[in-house]
Amino acid sequence: MLLALHPLSPSGLQQLWFALILVLWLGYFFLEGFDFGVGTLLPFVSKDDTDRRVVINTIGPVWDGNEVWLLTAGGATFAAFPLWYATVFSGFYLALFLVLAALIFRGMAFEFRHKRDDARWTTWWDRAIFWGSALPALLWGVAFADFVHGVPIAANATWTGNFFDLVKPYALLGGVSTLLLFTLHGATYLGLKTDGAIRDRAHAIATRLAPVTFLAVTGFLLWTYQTAHTMHHEGLVPPLLPIVGILALAGVSWLVREKLEGWAFLATAIVIVAFFSTLFLNLYPNVLISSVSPHFDISIVGAASHRYTLEVMSWVALIFTPLVLLYQSWTYWIFRKRVSRPGSASETSQHPTNV
Amino acid sequence: MTTFIAGISTLSLARWQFGITTVFHFLFVPLTIGLGLLVAILQTATYRTGDLSYDRMTKFFGKLFLVNFAIGVVTGIVQEFQFGMDWSRYSVFVGNIFGAPLAIEALLAFFLESTFIGIWIFGRGRVSARIHLASIWMASIGTMLSAAFIIAANSWMQHPVGYAIDARTHQAVMTNFWAVMTNPTFLAAYGHVLSAAFLTGSVFMLAIAAWHLRKGHDLAGFGKAARVAIVVTVLASIATMFLGDSQAKQMEVQQPMKMAAAEALYNTTNGASFSLLTIGDLSGNAVFQVRVPHILSVLATNTWDGKVQGINQLQKQATQKYGAGSYVPVIWVCYWTFRLMVGLGILLFLLGGVALWLVRKHRLEKSPRFLRFASWMVLAPFLANSFGWIFTEVGRQPWVVYGLLKTSKAVTLISPGYVATSLIGFTAIYTLLAVIEIGLMLKLAKIPPVIETSEEAERVPELIY
Repeated sequence: MLLALHPLSPSGLQQLWFALILVLWLGYFFLEGFDFGVGTLLPFVSKDDTDRRVVINTIGPVWDGNEVWLLTAGGATFAAFPLWYATVFSGFYLALFLVLAALIFRGMAFEFRHKRDDARWTTWWDRAIFWGSALPALLWGVAFADFVHGVPIAANATWTGNFFDLVKPYALLGGVSTLLLFTLHGATYLGLKTDGAIRDRAHAIATRLAPVTFLAVTGFLLWTYQTAHTMHHEGLVPPLLPIVGILALAGVSWLVREKLEGWAFLATAIVIVAFFSTLFLNLYPNVLISSVSPHFDISIVGAASHRYTLEVMSWVALIFTPLVLLYQSWTYWIFRKRVSRPGSASETSQHPTNV
Repeated sequence: MTTFIAGISTLSLARWQFGITTVFHFLFVPLTIGLGLLVAILQTATYRTGDLSYDRMTKFFGKLFLVNFAIGVVTGIVQEFQFGMDWSRYSVFVGNIFGAPLAIEALLAFFLESTFIGIWIFGRGRVSARIHLASIWMASIGTMLSAAFIIAANSWMQHPVGYAIDARTHQAVMTNFWAVMTNPTFLAAYGHVLSAAFLTGSVFMLAIAAWHLRKGHDLAGFGKAARVAIVVTVLASIATMFLGDSQAKQMEVQQPMKMAAAEALYNTTNGASFSLLTIGDLSGNAVFQVRVPHILSVLATNTWDGKVQGINQLQKQATQKYGAGSYVPVIWVCYWTFRLMVGLGILLFLLGGVALWLVRKHRLEKSPRFLRFASWMVLAPFLANSFGWIFTEVGRQPWVVYGLLKTSKAVTLISPGYVATSLIGFTAIYTLLAVIEIGLMLKLAKIPPVIETSEEAERVPELIY
C-alpha cells in the first residue's frame, strides 16, 4: 500500500476508491443513460400505444438492474468518502429531491402502466416516464458540472449558497449536454433493439440529434478542459480523453446512416465514458471544488474513510463485482432479441441483434 | 438551530421526514420479502408436481408481488440518499462504518434482486423452466440479503461495536468489520425482522385466499395457497415471538431506558409486573391499569424476581455519564407502540393456530365468518411492523448512535425551508402512491384467475409491459 507523502497526495487505496467511484458512475450513466434516452424519446418514436409498449419493453427487463448502479455509487461514496457523500447530498438538496421524485414516478410507471386497460391511466404514466427520464438526465449533468466548477462551500464543508448558485451557465451547459447525450444514446439503443417503423424513426432522430449534441458536448468538454488548466486546483485532464469523446460523437451520424447500429451504440457509450472521465480527472485530487476559496476545496484525502474501511470494501468489491458483471451481462444476452410489434413477427425479430 | 414558521426547527422536520419515509418504505419491504418467498414456494410446487392450480396461484400472487416490489424499490432510493440530505453530520460521523453495509447491500443484494426479477418477469417461455424457477429464488434471496445489511447498519446505531473514535476528526472509524456483522443486536433483530416479513407475506396471502374461498372462486387453487400460507403463518409467528423475546432481554442489558420506556416503569423494581393497559397521564399517575404480576421481570431477565431498571434511576445514571440533559424517550409512544406490536403479533399467532385447526378438521372452506375475519387481518402485520420500527427508533432517542451521537447533533445545518419543501413533497408523493398502489392491489386481488389448460397456461404474451 502506498503511503501518503504529502497531505494532499492520496494513498494508493484512496486513489483506487476514487477510480472505483468513477467506474460506478460510468456504469450508471452508460446503462441508465440509454434508459433515460428511451424514456425521453417515448413520445417521439411512437405513433400509438403498441409502439409505446414496444419501446418500453426494450428496457423492461433491465432498467431496474441499471438503476442499482446509482445505489451502489451512492453507497460506495458514503462508505469510502463520507464527507463527499454528506456534502453533496445535503448541498444539492432540492435538486436531489427532484431527481428522486422523478425516479420514483418513472420506476412506478414501468410496472404500473400496463396493469389497467384505461387510456387516461396509460397517458399519465407515459408522462411520468418522459419527465422522469428527461429531468434526471438534465440534472445529473448540472450536478457533475457543479462539482468541477465549484459549489459555495466554506470552512468545514458548510454550504453558504442556495439553489441558484448551482445553476450557472457552465452547469446548465453540462445539463443540456447530458440530456442530449443520453437521448442520443437512447436513440442508438432503440435502433439496436427495435424493428420496422420504430427502428427507422430512431435512426432518423439519431441523425438529427447528433449534430446538436456534438455542439453542446464539444463546447462543454472544451470549457471543462480549459478550467482544468486555468482554475485554482491541480486537476489534470489528458487531452486524449475529451478528443476521443468528441471524435466518437462526430462519427455517430455517419454510423447510423450506414446502419452500423452496434458501432453507433458503442460510439455514444464511448462519449459518455469520455465525458464523465474528463470531469472526474478534472476534479482529482479533490472531490468537490469550493467556489468561495481554494482553501475550502474538499480533497480525496480529506474526505476518505480510514484505511481499514477501504481495505474491507476493496475485498468485497474484488470478490463480488465480477460476479455482478457476469450475471448482469447474462441478462442482456438472454434478452438480446429485438422487440417488435405483436403479430408483425418478422424474420428479423428471430435474429439476435447484430452488434 | 434555525427555525421555520412557528418555531419549527430543521431537526423536527428532518425527524418527521425520516419517520414518514421509513415507515412508508417499510410497509412494502416486508411484503416483498415474505411474498417473494411464498411465490418461490408456489412456483417450486408447480415445477415439482406440474399441478396447474399451483401455477395459477404463482401467477396470481406473482402479479401482486411485482406491484409491491416496484414501490419498495423506488421508495428505497430515498432511504439511501436521505442520510446525506437531512443527516449530513451523522453521515460524516458514521460513514466509515455505516456506509460499508449500505454499499455492500447494493452490490450483493440490490443487483441480485433487480436483475433476477427482470429475468423472472420477462423470462417465462424464453429461459428454461428451471432457470425461471431459479430466478425467483435468486430474487427472493436478494430481498433477504438486503434486509441483512440494512439491519446490520441499524443495529450498529442501536449498539455500536467494532469501532474507535478518531481523535483528530472525531469520526467513528471501523476497527473490526466482523464484529459489526456479528453484532448480537443485529443477529437478534435480523431474525425478528425476517420472520415478521414472512408473517406479513403469509397473512397477506391467507387474507386474499380467504376472500376468494368465501366467494367460491378457484377453490382448488386458493385452497392450496391458503394451506401454504397457514403453515408459514404459524411457524413465522412463533419465530417472531421467540426472537422478539430474546431481543427484549438483550435490550434490558444494552438499552435499559428503551425497555423502561416500553413499560413506562418509572422506578427500578424487582419482580416487576407487566402492564397490559394503562389509562392515565403516563407520568407515573395511572388512573386505571391492568397488570400481570412478575411478567415484566420474566420478559426482561428470564427470572421471576429479576431487577428491571426504572426511568428515574436510568436518567440519573445517564446524566452522570453523558452530562446534563434528558435521556428519556417519548414514553407514551414507546409504551403504546410496544404494546400494539406485541398484541398484534399474538393475534396473528392465534389466527394461524385457528386456521390450522380448521384445516385439520376440513372446515376451513366452510367457515365464512373465519374467512371474513382472516381477510380483515391483512392490516395487522403492516401495523405491527410499523409500530415495531417506531418503537425501536423512538426508544433510542435522544441518541441516533446509542451513547455516541445525539440526534440533535446529527442533522444537516440547512434552512428548515428546504426540509419542509421536501417533507411536503415526499409526503404528497407517497400519499398519491399509496392511493394508486392500494387501488391497483385491490383491483388485481379481486380478479379470480382464469382456469386454463396446460397449453394455455404456457402461453406467453409478446409484450410483457
